[in-house]
Amino acid sequence: MSSMRELYQEMIIDHSRSPRNHGKLQSANLEARGNNPLCGDEIDMQVLRSEDGVLSEIGFEATACAICTASASILTETLKGKAENEARGIFESFHSTVTGESSAAYPPELMKLEVFTGVKDYPSRVKCATLPWHTLMQALEEKSEEASTE
Amino acid sequence: MANPEPLNVSDLQRQFPALDQQVHGHRLVYLDSAATTQKPQSVLEAVDSVYRKDCANVHRGVHTLSERATARYEEVRKIATRFLGTEDSQEIVFTRGVTESMNLLANTLSGLVGGFKEGDEVLITELEHHANIVPWQLLSQSTGIRVKVLPCDDACELVLDDLDKLVTEKTRIVSVGHVSNAIGTMNDIDRIFSAARGVGAITILDAAQSAPHMDISPKKIDCDFLTFSGHKTYGPTGAGILWGKRELLDQMPPWQGGGDMIRTVSFEESTYAETPWKFEAGTPDIAAVIGLGAALEFLDSTGRPSVEAHEAELLRMIESHLMEMEGVQIVGKPATRACCVSFTLDGIHPHDAATIMDQNGVAIRAGHHCAMPLMKRLGLPATIRASVGVHNDQSDVEALIQSIQAVREIFA
Ligand SMILES: Cc1ncc(COP(=O)(O)O)c(C=O)c1O
Repeated sequence: MSSMRELYQEMIIDHSRSPRNHGKLQSANLEARGNNPLCGDEIDMQVLRSEDGVLSEIGFEATACAICTASASILTETLKGKAENEARGIFESFHSTVTGESSAAYPPELMKLEVFTGVKDYPSRVKCATLPWHTLMQALEEKSEEASTE
Repeated sequence: MANPEPLNVSDLQRQFPALDQQVHGHRLVYLDSAATTQKPQSVLEAVDSVYRKDCANVHRGVHTLSERATARYEEVRKIATRFLGTEDSQEIVFTRGVTESMNLLANTLSGLVGGFKEGDEVLITELEHHANIVPWQLLSQSTGIRVKVLPCDDACELVLDDLDKLVTEKTRIVSVGHVSNAIGTMNDIDRIFSAARGVGAITILDAAQSAPHMDISPKKIDCDFLTFSGHKTYGPTGAGILWGKRELLDQMPPWQGGGDMIRTVSFEESTYAETPWKFEAGTPDIAAVIGLGAALEFLDSTGRPSVEAHEAELLRMIESHLMEMEGVQIVGKPATRACCVSFTLDGIHPHDAATIMDQNGVAIRAGHHCAMPLMKRLGLPATIRASVGVHNDQSDVEALIQSIQAVREIFA
């Protein structure tokens, strides 16, 4: 069972039970919806992007598994207040870590993302962790179609 | 009815090589037969021997291998006829499975009834698999036929009192699943089809989740068409059966065109082969069909009344264990259950549960089970489904329950 404890670390369970920045962000000027048809995860991400390109507020609503919900919650904590370009860079390193493409360590200020590293050993669950991030990117691109893991 | 012979489950288990493996350090406990069944040795050998000895195309060669392949392929029509308890082996059409059968019907029934018109209706139910929804929606787009839905109640039983309202002279087709793959509800097919016959509608039975578990003879279940997938009845993927009444099949136009389904072809016009070959265009999955023959013989020799009784007992066991556990909600309360039990765990998403259960060697399905309208009706994004097969026993049920406890420990 230890490998399951590694996948479902306390921080993941905690964020999935009491997600941060959960609830519709009324002040948002960008939004997107994402879904994972395999397990039925559905997520709405809302962003307030200021004129100088800072993601000053991020909110989400999700009906999703623990990994997806925790990933969305930690995403909002991590990216809030970051410039869009910086957020994209963080997405890249998160993505390459959970898909197992890269084993580079996160810089100290992103250590929280470390809890998702174990996901790379569960291919069917990688998409659960990345869905909120893809959905956020979709919102930033101002694309109208839904983000999907397929 | 006399009690059927009990199954010799340990002997059956030995016939499935795939069961003899460890998953994450645990004995594999396979409770996902509703998605696809494991394959017994006899099926594996049949497929293997096609490629090793009798690998040739069917219906087109005079050489020995082609004659052997053709004979083995055509023999499966007779085996399927025995399996269904019917007489005419030309009523057996080989398809890839239920999905392809439904698409074939949706594309050819119009030719049988002289065309559909705006206002005509096809009746399905709220419990259907997408395979028995989407083909009719496509038909609706091309012909204007309307898709009507017989609802289910909170127990996931069809509301049969609505039949009077929904089955009218506009109803041209009634297509219903025998057993719900998402919940395990066994539907009162006789009542639904007798209402359908009352208005002269065509009746279609999706037997995907009943064929592996019980006798589905059209002699007992009066219907016009019946279909099931080989890969859910212990056969290989890639082959399934569409059975139809001969006089109807004869009147239907072909669906896909190509080789094998023709009698003569010229650039002006082609004439078609007779039933059932006119529905089998192109080179079929020959080995899968031959493997399916072995699978149906496996099920017949195992004895479907015994299979049905054994599995009903396993489902009762699963249900009663789950009912005793706190924080477990069984989804649906069908009066007669077959195939599976669906449930949710309070505060835990089915997908998380499935990952942890797999880590304990227990293979179940988590998701919407290709029944999204039903899940919406139930207000659930997904459920956990444990489905049974001939090789499952009490120790599998115990492993299932233990794995659920492991899930709850992680989320405690
Ligand atoms: C009730 C039911 N109908 C149809 C299907 C579709 O079967 P196939 O994918 O083999 O065509 C399934 C398979 O899950 C099913 O359970």
